[in-house]
Amino acid sequence: MEKQPLLTIRGLRIEGRSGDAWHEIVKGVDLTLHKGEVLGLIGESGAGKSTIGLAAMGFARDGCRISGGSILFDGIDLRAVPEAERRALRGKRIAYVAQSAAASFNPAHKLIDQYCEGPVVHGVMPREKAEADAVELYRRMRLPNPEEIGFRYPHQVSGGQLQRAMTAMAMSCRPDLIIFDEPTTALDVTTQIEVLAAIRDIVRQFGTAAIYITHDLAVVAQMADRIKVLLRGDEVEEADTRSMLTAPREEYTRSLWAVRSFARAEQPPATGTPVVSVRGVTAGYGAVDVLKDVSFDIHARRTVAVVGESGSGKSTAARVITGLLVPRKGEVLFNGKALPPNFKARSRAELRQCQMIYQMADTALNPKLRLRELIGRPAEMYLGLKGKALESRIRDLLALIELEPDTYIDRLPGELSGGQKQRIGIARALAAEPQLIICDEVTSALDQIVQEGILKLLDRLQSELNLAYMFITHDLATVKAIADEVVVMQQGVVVERGPKTELFGRPHEAYTDLLLSSVPEMDPDWLNRLLASRGEHA
Amino acid sequence: MNDIWRMIGQRLLFGLLTLFVISVVIFGATELLPGDLARELLGQSATEETLAALRDQLGLNDPAPLRYWNWLTAALQGDFGVSMATKRPIADLVGARLGNTLFLALYAAALSVPISLTLGVLAALWRNSIFDRASNALALTAISIPEFFVAYILVLFLAQSGLFPSMVRITGSTTFGDQLYMSFLPALTLTLVVTAHMMRMTRAAIINLLANPYIEMARLKGMSPLRVVLRHAVPNALAPIINVVALNLAYLITGVVVVEVVFVYPGLGQLMVDAVTNRDIAVVQAIALIFASAYVLLNLIADVLSTISNPRLMHRS
Repeated sequence: MEKQPLLTIRGLRIEGRSGDAWHEIVKGVDLTLHKGEVLGLIGESGAGKSTIGLAAMGFARDGCRISGGSILFDGIDLRAVPEAERRALRGKRIAYVAQSAAASFNPAHKLIDQYCEGPVVHGVMPREKAEADAVELYRRMRLPNPEEIGFRYPHQVSGGQLQRAMTAMAMSCRPDLIIFDEPTTALDVTTQIEVLAAIRDIVRQFGTAAIYITHDLAVVAQMADRIKVLLRGDEVEEADTRSMLTAPREEYTRSLWAVRSFARAEQPPATGTPVVSVRGVTAGYGAVDVLKDVSFDIHARRTVAVVGESGSGKSTAARVITGLLVPRKGEVLFNGKALPPNFKARSRAELRQCQMIYQMADTALNPKLRLRELIGRPAEMYLGLKGKALESRIRDLLALIELEPDTYIDRLPGELSGGQKQRIGIARALAAEPQLIICDEVTSALDQIVQEGILKLLDRLQSELNLAYMFITHDLATVKAIADEVVVMQQGVVVERGPKTELFGRPHEAYTDLLLSSVPEMDPDWLNRLLASRGEHA
Repeated sequence: MNDIWRMIGQRLLFGLLTLFVISVVIFGATELLPGDLARELLGQSATEETLAALRDQLGLNDPAPLRYWNWLTAALQGDFGVSMATKRPIADLVGARLGNTLFLALYAAALSVPISLTLGVLAALWRNSIFDRASNALALTAISIPEFFVAYILVLFLAQSGLFPSMVRITGSTTFGDQLYMSFLPALTLTLVVTAHMMRMTRAAIINLLANPYIEMARLKGMSPLRVVLRHAVPNALAPIINVVALNLAYLITGVVVVEVVFVYPGLGQLMVDAVTNRDIAVVQAIALIFASAYVLLNLIADVLSTISNPRLMHRS
């Protein structure tokens, strides 16, 4: 007879409220998880992954409700028992690791206080024992200074370390099940590897079952025993990891696998005066130099990708070009002419030439303005368009970013999807008719299929409008897809630069190599091989 | 920690600067008031000679900047001059009244701060419940009624029946208990006036935070709703709460004029009203300066406390 599963979900239905109406966001999903097993949940945003993960704890976010089906955890019907009983399970037997550890740790308390809260409140162990236990788990998660790190506040610890501290916190009561909700999505590739390896080891050591939620196939391939693919609240298919990777049955799964098919046609080497030329720039905040003698050029109709981990100075370089940060040394040439270092000293025509698109379209768009105003304002300010001319320009711009003008012109950002918001960010930049657009991690908050759409759009606009792009990213797959030239940065220094084909082909700098090898591959043995080759793990 | 001291020093400096500006404004405003003090003192029958002599004696003929300077330097040494109406030193006059006003303010604060914070936290905890709506409605009703009217309603219901006195007489022999008993109605009136603001700000500050991922994290760690609010939301909501409390405490000291008059409470507000009626400019100036100092000092304390409550400002990495 087969062992009793740890978690059995049958016919799970969850509804979300929009306005006064309830509509289904999870439509009858089944899920079975045995002790010590890791199940990967994969799908785009809106697929219901996180909602299902939370439902496994008997939890529904505000504005959501579990409307049907059964959730059995170790024989306990989570829908039938009173809230107090569910609460007694949460944190103790079922734990949760959130996407952004930086936002999910309480800024007002030290890490160790937050670690100890669970074990003490649930009566698992007294405070002193929990503290000792925390140090032990911090050590196992390979955090630096495990004795001391717990006594810091969240803002004093880096993102990758916080994510490991959060995993340690989830382990504090030795739960039977942990829900990992995109735990590495917000991290750099190099940091991601450390966190993935630490999570995988600790889950194996304690024989903990896990639901691993992600939209990154290559990541789930390393972590999960089985994979379930979701689409708009419905299951597409489920299989063990290897057969899922080698022989996906469904059309949709195959499209996920093939998503990074887009690659920009190779361009001949650029000639002539570059649109932007950064020359020997040294800049920083306070006494610290964030950029050290940085130089690179960007030509018209070319995309230069600036890659590196967070803190490498990518965004600071963009701030120098836009004039938000005055460099200590060096200069920025625009079409061969030096620009005033401070944006306040630049003319309107100079400002117009260089526009930005931001990572978080959510926060970069004023939620109270309609698209008409969002896109219209730069067109009005820089080009002096008014009345009919302005209206038709706004409509042209919307058509350019493939949004139907009549449908969208009077919408608010809140009524758009993530990908559509990013398109508005692009239209707003285009409204000024610039020569250079700085794209700061514009696709990293988006799903892969949506990312591909945005990249294709940017590529098309570039050839139609003769644009130069500076593409800031830490995602090397994006670089492979869209860049002509690559600038690799580490700790404020350009360690390598050159055409993409050359850079990805030849043997390169140790750091470039580390970055390139850290991009997860779809092979389930990739992480093992990588760790073995780096000698970090047997 | 050095940062904190530097900040306190900075704020103190700004506070002093503010007070200086306020003192100029106060002096300037009283200059503009119509009326002649000498005539006020000597009455209609005084001759021009005696009036001129008195003006000379009081220094009323000196140019305004000189009089301001004399007034300020004396005030800095604790000498606010002599009340022109009662001929007593203003420092003595104000001293006892200030004590009474502070007593009433502290009394009202001791009632209103715990009540409004508790109600605010509970309203946030049970948001949109009957309790939330009822306490909001009551607090708003209380704040919408003018305070003299609140005072008369309380007198009607609680003083007419002889439960509490409607007038406050504090003498040297009044015991602490008696003073508490006698001042209950004015303190209650003030409590009703300030509770709504503090309660609603507390509620809003907490609810604002409830959408944060760390709140969801606390709930997913199996913490009870009360613990989530008290331990995870309140520490992060302290800055706005401290500020609104400080603002209302300042109001308790400076805004008591009407209440003091209604209950004949021997505080600064009463004194100020009397001084204005008697054109006793020096007293008005002194009290206005005290009120301004209370505002500046309480805001300074609020700034320091909200900085201390934020680990991101206390422990820079």
